[in-house]
Amino acid sequence: MNLTLHVWRQSGPRDEGRFETFKPEGITESMSFLDMLDLVNEEITVDGGEPIAFEHDCREGICGSCGMVVNGVAHGPEKLVTACQLHMRSFSDGDEIWVEPWRASAFPVMRDLVVDRSSFDRIIQAGGYVSIRTGSAQDANAIPVPKPNADRAFDAAACIGCGACVAACPNASAMLFTSAKAAHLSYLPQGQTERLERAVGMVAIHDEEGFGNCTNHGACQEVCPKGISVDYISRLNRDLLKANLTGVEPGD
Amino acid sequence: MELNARIPDHPIEKMWTNHQFDMKLVNPANKRKYRVIVVGTGLAGGAAAATMGELGYNVECFTFHDSPRRAHSIAAQGGINAAKNYQGDGDSIHRLFYDTVKGGDFRSREANVHRLAELSLNIIDQAVAQGVPFAREYGGLLANRSFGGAQVSRTFYARGQTGQQLLLGVYQALERQVHAGTVNMHVRKEMMDVIVVDGQARGIVTRDLVSGKIEAHMADAVVLGTGGYSNVFFLSTNAKGCNVTATWRAHRRGAGFANPCFTQIHPTCIPQSGEYQSKLTLMSESLRNDGRIWVPKRAGDDRPAHQIPEGERDYYLERLYPSFGNLAPRDIASRRAKEMVDAGHGVGSMKNGVYLDFADAIGRLGKSAVEERYGNLFQMYEKITGEDPYQVPMRIYPAPHYTMGGLWVDYDLMTTVPGLFAIGEANFSDHGANRLGASALMQGLADGYFIVPTTIGNYLADGPKGGVDENHAAARDAVREVTESQNRLLETRGSRSVDSFHQELGRLMWNHCGMARTESGLEEALRKLPELREQFWRDVRVPGSADTLNQSLEKAGRVADFLEFAEVMCHDALTRDESCGAHFREEHVTEEGEARRDDENFAHGAVWEFKGVGEEPVRHQEPLTFEHVPLSQRSYK
Repeated sequence: MNLTLHVWRQSGPRDEGRFETFKPEGITESMSFLDMLDLVNEEITVDGGEPIAFEHDCREGICGSCGMVVNGVAHGPEKLVTACQLHMRSFSDGDEIWVEPWRASAFPVMRDLVVDRSSFDRIIQAGGYVSIRTGSAQDANAIPVPKPNADRAFDAAACIGCGACVAACPNASAMLFTSAKAAHLSYLPQGQTERLERAVGMVAIHDEEGFGNCTNHGACQEVCPKGISVDYISRLNRDLLKANLTGVEPGD
Repeated sequence: MELNARIPDHPIEKMWTNHQFDMKLVNPANKRKYRVIVVGTGLAGGAAAATMGELGYNVECFTFHDSPRRAHSIAAQGGINAAKNYQGDGDSIHRLFYDTVKGGDFRSREANVHRLAELSLNIIDQAVAQGVPFAREYGGLLANRSFGGAQVSRTFYARGQTGQQLLLGVYQALERQVHAGTVNMHVRKEMMDVIVVDGQARGIVTRDLVSGKIEAHMADAVVLGTGGYSNVFFLSTNAKGCNVTATWRAHRRGAGFANPCFTQIHPTCIPQSGEYQSKLTLMSESLRNDGRIWVPKRAGDDRPAHQIPEGERDYYLERLYPSFGNLAPRDIASRRAKEMVDAGHGVGSMKNGVYLDFADAIGRLGKSAVEERYGNLFQMYEKITGEDPYQVPMRIYPAPHYTMGGLWVDYDLMTTVPGLFAIGEANFSDHGANRLGASALMQGLADGYFIVPTTIGNYLADGPKGGVDENHAAARDAVREVTESQNRLLETRGSRSVDSFHQELGRLMWNHCGMARTESGLEEALRKLPELREQFWRDVRVPGSADTLNQSLEKAGRVADFLEFAEVMCHDALTRDESCGAHFREEHVTEEGEARRDDENFAHGAVWEFKGVGEEPVRHQEPLTFEHVPLSQRSYK
């Protein structure tokens, strides 16, 4: 395949950044998108340049490391995949491809396509867990969970924390990420005790980190590689409302 | 090198309980006076850091990822074993213990395996209490499925994302402790060396992957949960970042490395589609519950699968192993697939796979039931290959996946360096020569949640070590050595990329120390490895500088360590002059083509002592005795 590739290059957080153009050779349709970037990097290295920095690890769509905006869409043109699961068969000979990092003030660019997503960890620290000490659990089957609830909890828990939802949102909101964790735990009996404190705590940190508000665009759901539903955002908002009406404060 | 496994002198059923009573305790109020370093945030490292934080220790936790949630445990698909016997099908702690020792082909330590089987119960309780969304039956209770090497249904699962869900449970527990201030989390910091003072592990050297800063961190004890070394083969199912650096550096500082040649080749991976490929993808072994493995009877048969009539298909696992069929253990299933492909029965355009066919299961259960069980795996397969497994059989082939070898540890999971502990895949302890499916998650969590947080107290109870800080000569020397080695990589300015060396190393290891090994092949590898290493240091090109985010430099350091490590792996495979489990020496085969063990000469763990780069390492032995699971030829027929 003959392609023209425009990749965002930025040497560090303070650099302005610019697109650099490559015309890679030897690309085939069965290659993954990241195999293609590997090949470009191999050429850059042998020619004495500095390779494109991008994050990746498992390369099977589960670790959430990779993430890039391809032709204006987070994770590229295919639905329900991460960038590492995208294959070149999704493109045509002669295509121009534009590759950019996630763009959001809560995700500062560190280098090229690498951004800092540590704000997601801090949202989890604010209550995205069940407070249970190791060794203090009862027998697992003593907590029956209706199968439909267990399935809903799983659907929400499938989030991989990649940040595509933020990149796609015109407000750079992380409400899809935040609500998915809240919903995972709120569908289960184990998550009830801290349910409202969790909602208040996580959303407070979400706002503090500089993520925008949700104004129901739904762009997040469109790009989410795990198909996480925006319904969880309404669910979280209902919990927030309840917490406000009953005067619940964030947990300590 | 002294190898004392310190197996407590109690009957095996009561050993762990009694040992917990015998061990010294650190008073709750005193725990905050101790600083413990944990490297790695997977199931083992993350669980250990969270639990030790809860207990009150000052935990400093390190990962090279941008978040603890990225650790490679996240990619485990199929499930986690536990002897709950919720199915009432005859399971018990003893049976899980028995299956694991036998599945490991009698090369693991009975005492450790028994403890693992006991703790399997607590793990499921803990995970469920955290909100891990395991699969459930309509009555609301937990569901189970079967896995290779077992005749009971004891595997708990969360669709095909069990590792992800268990790791998120660990991650959430860890972040809770970060919030509580008991764990200080260091992301994007890679461990480069261990600092040993007066024979005890007292700290680590790290490189900040953003600023490039190399610095020492000191502690009273160090715990490594840094995973396995399958990426020595370059192409494996491991995440790209997985590496041997932490355990190899610990080995260079005196920790014995046990059974490095025990590497597992997973039978159900997607075959390679071209030379450019950088990573192989695993499909959960749980697929073998309902998929039937076959190849065309006639070698070179080019017809598409649906045109090959039933009578011209060879369901070779069902034929060779009637009682286990498609659920034969991993090593056997892998080896038989290789035999079929080598004999010309391979399928797909590169003739490098065998079929895994769901047509019968779809006919029997209906498409929706199959989708419920394996939906995400089928979707993943289609994304990668462009083929729909509901319509045409999957193509699979074995790929490097897990390493049973690792740092030698005693019953308390301490290495031969006092104060240095190794947990999860990083140690060698529980799986012998072959790990059974759904046992890696179990071992990582047993080590991390329940074992090391208890046994570390026994080591620390004599009082804080004190007296050593970042300015100690040992710390400064270690920082200097790491800096010098890094500068050398950057200054070489040769002509070849790091990846090209890694690929060459991978091919060499796959050909000579992969699924089948021979004396002459291993000797050839041992001749070529020093040459390749020398060439690397002479001709590698690492672009960029030391004080920025430099992914080429990160890779270069890891590949440099793989190049040293590969040699001891070959030494181990050469000196273990028998076949056992995943270690298959072509010279030692039974008449039926199975691995022929030599219990008289090799019923031991081989533990290697480092003597210098390029120097012959010294082989020590930990004899293994089998009092509870009598030594026998494994039979899955």
